[in-house]
Amino acid sequence: MSTPIELPKWADVSLVPVLAVIVAFLVAGLVVLGIGENPVKATLLLIQGALGSGEGIGYTLYYATNFMFTGLAVAIAFHAGLFNIGGEGQATMGGLGAALICLQFDFLPWYIVLPLAILGAMAMGALWALIPGYLQVKRGSHVVITTIMFNFLAATLVVYLLVNVIGKPGSMSPETRVFADSAHLPYAHEALAYFGIKIPKSPLNLSFVLALLASAFVWVLVWHTKLGYAIRTVGHSPTAATYAGISIGRITLITMAISGALAGMLAVNEILGVQGRLLLEFSSGYGFIGIAVALMGRAHPIGIILASILFGILYQGGTELSFEMPRVTRDMIVAISGLVILFAGALDGLIRRPVAGVFARLLKSGG
Amino acid sequence: MEIYSTLIAILESGLRLCVPLVFACLAGLWSERSGVVDIGLEGKMLVAAFASAAAAGATNSAVIGLGAGIIAAIGFALIHGFAAISQRGNQIVSGVAINMLAAGLTALVGNAWYNQGGRTPPLEGDARFQPLTWPGAEAIDQIPIIGPIYAHLISGHSALAYCALVATILSAFVLRRTRFGLRIRAVGENPAAVDTAGVSVTRLRYSAVIIAGVLCGFAGSYLALGQAAGFLTNMTAGKGFIALAALIFAKWRAWPAMWACFLFGLLDAIAIRLQGVMVPGIGQIPVQAIQALPYLMTVILLAGFIGKAIPPKASGLPYVKER
Repeated sequence: MSTPIELPKWADVSLVPVLAVIVAFLVAGLVVLGIGENPVKATLLLIQGALGSGEGIGYTLYYATNFMFTGLAVAIAFHAGLFNIGGEGQATMGGLGAALICLQFDFLPWYIVLPLAILGAMAMGALWALIPGYLQVKRGSHVVITTIMFNFLAATLVVYLLVNVIGKPGSMSPETRVFADSAHLPYAHEALAYFGIKIPKSPLNLSFVLALLASAFVWVLVWHTKLGYAIRTVGHSPTAATYAGISIGRITLITMAISGALAGMLAVNEILGVQGRLLLEFSSGYGFIGIAVALMGRAHPIGIILASILFGILYQGGTELSFEMPRVTRDMIVAISGLVILFAGALDGLIRRPVAGVFARLLKSGG
Repeated sequence: MEIYSTLIAILESGLRLCVPLVFACLAGLWSERSGVVDIGLEGKMLVAAFASAAAAGATNSAVIGLGAGIIAAIGFALIHGFAAISQRGNQIVSGVAINMLAAGLTALVGNAWYNQGGRTPPLEGDARFQPLTWPGAEAIDQIPIIGPIYAHLISGHSALAYCALVATILSAFVLRRTRFGLRIRAVGENPAAVDTAGVSVTRLRYSAVIIAGVLCGFAGSYLALGQAAGFLTNMTAGKGFIALAALIFAKWRAWPAMWACFLFGLLDAIAIRLQGVMVPGIGQIPVQAIQALPYLMTVILLAGFIGKAIPPKASGLPYVKER
């Protein structure tokens, strides 16, 4: 039981996560069956809703953008052996950062406001991850607990600011005024119309491109730079890292800051791309689903892009499905994410062990 | 007198709000003392709240509701136990999964069964735990100063609230004074030593995880059958994490855990009381500042600025038997 489970690399990165997702879906199918609906019909409706129209695909990719940011945030922390469950709070603070810039400077032209607002989102997200990182390095409090607490602190802080300080005067709902057009990240249908290409309207915006760039950035950083090598060393063996002269504290701080900045970029998609104002709970659980995405994508950017698209399909398809089958609400997706986290994360060995057994037998009969 | 009756009212509502926290915090205490980190308290409370409301509604019996709540919470606790103890999976990951699974499933099934946007039909009468009025509470209430303490703080809570006190006494006693408790604490500090003594680490940790499930069952049932009259989507609203904060605040000990929960319940009561109230000389106190205090105090405590909170040594580490 306690011997390490050896698998060929390709099976480790593709077969095991795919099997985990299949098991999660089978369990989810049983749940759908349990509430008296046909899981096969539900799956077809879901796929139809997510990929059956140009608009559906637009929405799918728009949701995938959010998952890419939060998934990358969790993944980079994984590489350094850190578990950042504060994506939710870091995204909330990212929204605050973007909003503070936009409220002050949205009279300026777009090429000044937008970069500033994106930097604002990244900086505030990074800050909200850096403090727990600092507390772990200097004061010995574990990032897991601190980042959980920081999620709640971010939520209460933003409620306070929206109600008392930056909220729109006279408005009943706690939200800021709508930003000027210069602070709006163009929609995909607007951007492509500029080049004469017509696509259906959807909330998909240029943040999607940013998310792909962020994925590339993480790939280069983790596998092709000295810093990434240090990050992975700290994650694999802190003792080896110390002997190699790598400062664990410094790497922890840098990794947490990058992780927080990535989570903060969720706000670029939601606040600068779609809402055009800061409002409550725009992060609505994307931070937590990011954990599922990172586990499923084996903390590799390509895996994360694929896992994000899958969750985008689930989100958009799930919304359409809830119109057709009102008994299957979008809460189904939260349950599926929970199952994916369980089977691809905590119960990983449950799938890995039999797969390893099969490979061992194949090798024996082959050799 | 006006101020005194306000004080009593705040203490009374603080007591009510702290009951689910006490149960959940003790659940965390048992689990983490045995070396299994549990951030899935929130999820276990939520399934218990749903199961208890559904069963109490169907049978019109609060006690059956409680039983269903406990069974549901044990079921989720066993998933966590299986992942953490048998499969030696990451306990934080498993806790996150439990929370998401509970949030998704309760809302989904609640909506499918009752068609009321995820809530269960309102419960009344025997389907709820009604406040117990102690003998002579109304008469004694008339006595100044002492009367209201008896009538509102000692009398007038649901049976489950008194159970919370009993659970604290029992947890403190069993963990501190019995052989089982000693072993639970030992397995959270040094499982190898317990194993060498010929005691099963696995069995001890499973028992602790199941006790945590029972206590979460009480916590969730109190929410759905005592505090509210039925289940609401995501009705735990972060209470599992406040309980976790209280556990750290109490440095993983039973009596301090109860007091920390009472403190956090009281803060909640004060925040509700102060909503929109002008305090003379200060002006309006932002409610959010008070709501943030439990989290802020925990962060400060964990960082060792006031005292030091040190978790059980082996918590979060799966135990691998030597061969």
